[in-house]
Amino acid sequence: MSTDPVPPLIRIRGLSKGYRRGGQVIPVLLDLDMDVATGEFVALMGPSGSGKSTLLNLIAGIDKPSAGTIEIGGVDIAELSEGELADWRAANVGFVFQFYNLLPVLSAQDNVALPLLLTSLSSRERAERARVVLRLVGLSDRADHMPNELSGGQQQRVAIARALVSDPLLIVADEPTGDLDRVTGEEILGLLERLVVEMGKTIVMVTHDPKAAAHARRLVHLEKGVLVDEVGA
Amino acid sequence: MKGLPLAYIVRNLWVRRVTTVLTALGMALVVYVFATVLMMSEGIRATLVATGQADNVIVLRKGAGAEINSAVARDQAGIIETLPGIASDTLGRTMVSREPVVLINLPKRGNGKPSNVTVRGTSEIGGELRPQVRISEGRMFRPGTSEIVAGSAVAAGFQGVGLGQTLRFAGRDWLVVGIVDAGRSGFDSELWGDGEQMLQAFRRNAFSTVVLRLADVDGFERIRKALEDDPRLSLEAKPERVFYAEQSEALATFIRLLGTALAVIFSIGAVVGAMITMFAAVAARTAEIGTLRALGFRRRAVLLAFLGESLLLAALGGVLGLAGASAMQAVDISTTNFQTFAELAFRFVLTPSIALQSMAFALAMGIVGGFVPAWRAARLEIAECLRAA
Repeated sequence: MSTDPVPPLIRIRGLSKGYRRGGQVIPVLLDLDMDVATGEFVALMGPSGSGKSTLLNLIAGIDKPSAGTIEIGGVDIAELSEGELADWRAANVGFVFQFYNLLPVLSAQDNVALPLLLTSLSSRERAERARVVLRLVGLSDRADHMPNELSGGQQQRVAIARALVSDPLLIVADEPTGDLDRVTGEEILGLLERLVVEMGKTIVMVTHDPKAAAHARRLVHLEKGVLVDEVGA
Repeated sequence: MKGLPLAYIVRNLWVRRVTTVLTALGMALVVYVFATVLMMSEGIRATLVATGQADNVIVLRKGAGAEINSAVARDQAGIIETLPGIASDTLGRTMVSREPVVLINLPKRGNGKPSNVTVRGTSEIGGELRPQVRISEGRMFRPGTSEIVAGSAVAAGFQGVGLGQTLRFAGRDWLVVGIVDAGRSGFDSELWGDGEQMLQAFRRNAFSTVVLRLADVDGFERIRKALEDDPRLSLEAKPERVFYAEQSEALATFIRLLGTALAVIFSIGAVVGAMITMFAAVAARTAEIGTLRALGFRRRAVLLAFLGESLLLAALGGVLGLAGASAMQAVDISTTNFQTFAELAFRFVLTPSIALQSMAFALAMGIVGGFVPAWRAARLEIAECLRAA
């Protein structure tokens, strides 16, 4: 990595995270170092409680580390204030969740356009961009449907469109196929792979499913808060 | 700062519309009580203020406060008539009316319970002094007879006060020869007869008040000074409007205070209802809150979205409550004015100011009920919200 002329998109050094329970601090991540290059598709694996979701949250800027630095695109997000971090997330991170987390009261298109409310785009531009991204995930004909009128796979594709719409550096996915059947899960993973291959996106995905992880280019195993081995694909 | 669209707020209320409507109805009830009480207070005030004319002056015994405990002797009335600055009518008569005012007891229609009715002895000039009083049925009483006319509210609210019926009081039978429409003023709640006849029948030798018309609206101070400077008179003069506004003050204020206190107590229930609804909404949408925050919406956007929901809920309650209250404008009611001890008929009056106060009251309930849940929604940590999914 040190010979790589291009600096990594994500550069984590000495990252520790502990949670306070009662009077005690329970360590979750211990002095972790990790780099992710632009355009990588990384799968974080590990048993429950290994800290993989905590690591994902820290990379996504929705949690704060106890110690260490997380540089993403040259910005140490551990140093940002809460408000700065919110703006940073809006501009740089796309989220894909296990249970899709679409807003039930908004149509597919409005869900996709939701992150654009935080930009200065006009409502016409927002709608236009949402339509483009929905076409990309193959749901043009479902733009006006409400989430409860869509299948799980369709909802997850809407969620991926939402993660893409603001053209972020990084997409984080937490068990994106955890709520889907095998075939639909494969479709979603195929879609994520396309984002990496065709659009050069960087994806960090947490999964406990080895078959899902197989779609990633690189596997990172966590156990009790430390990286145990890495497998490059 | 970028916020969530109004459509998001509206639709969240719409998806749980049964809860929304029930919570709004709770608030509507409070707004209804609040508005109705203010409308009642305003109705009493409007009725009594309409009773007074801008250029009429009422003369009472000093410190009397109400007509019923005032007395103006015949010789004092004579002096008043000679004061300068009093208008004359088209026939050249000085526009002064000497009036005995007495309370009698009549059984109310419906429950038959007795209530006080004001009997006013007046004259043709007394009628000219009150142009808002018009004969709607029958005719005016003739001077020197035992004929009376009844205000429309008395005719409608009391037994035996129909056209052509006879009322017995003060040892005489009085024939009702006319019904007057006094334009929703206090005179609708009075019986009128000849002043001199009333004095005799009630065995009085003093009038209660003297009412006069100013030649010039600005001439009141002169009349007041002339009256109060005269050592033979222990009288005071008030512009009629001021006098009747004072008559309404105690009752209107009492109703307003009692009603506002009631509404505020009721509002605690409605606020708790709104709070429970909003806490439930926050609990049901914890993952959604986490998602919004993760996408980059700030704490304040979440706070405003939930507060917005609560305010919209309250606005709905306010509109429903006001709609109910405005329907009350069609209702005529009456109550005893404890300043005059007489029954007063009036209407609920909805003014723009009352509508505004009621909406402000509703929104205040929305803020109080919605703030704590909205605050809690905004304080949630993103990672914990997402784990709750």
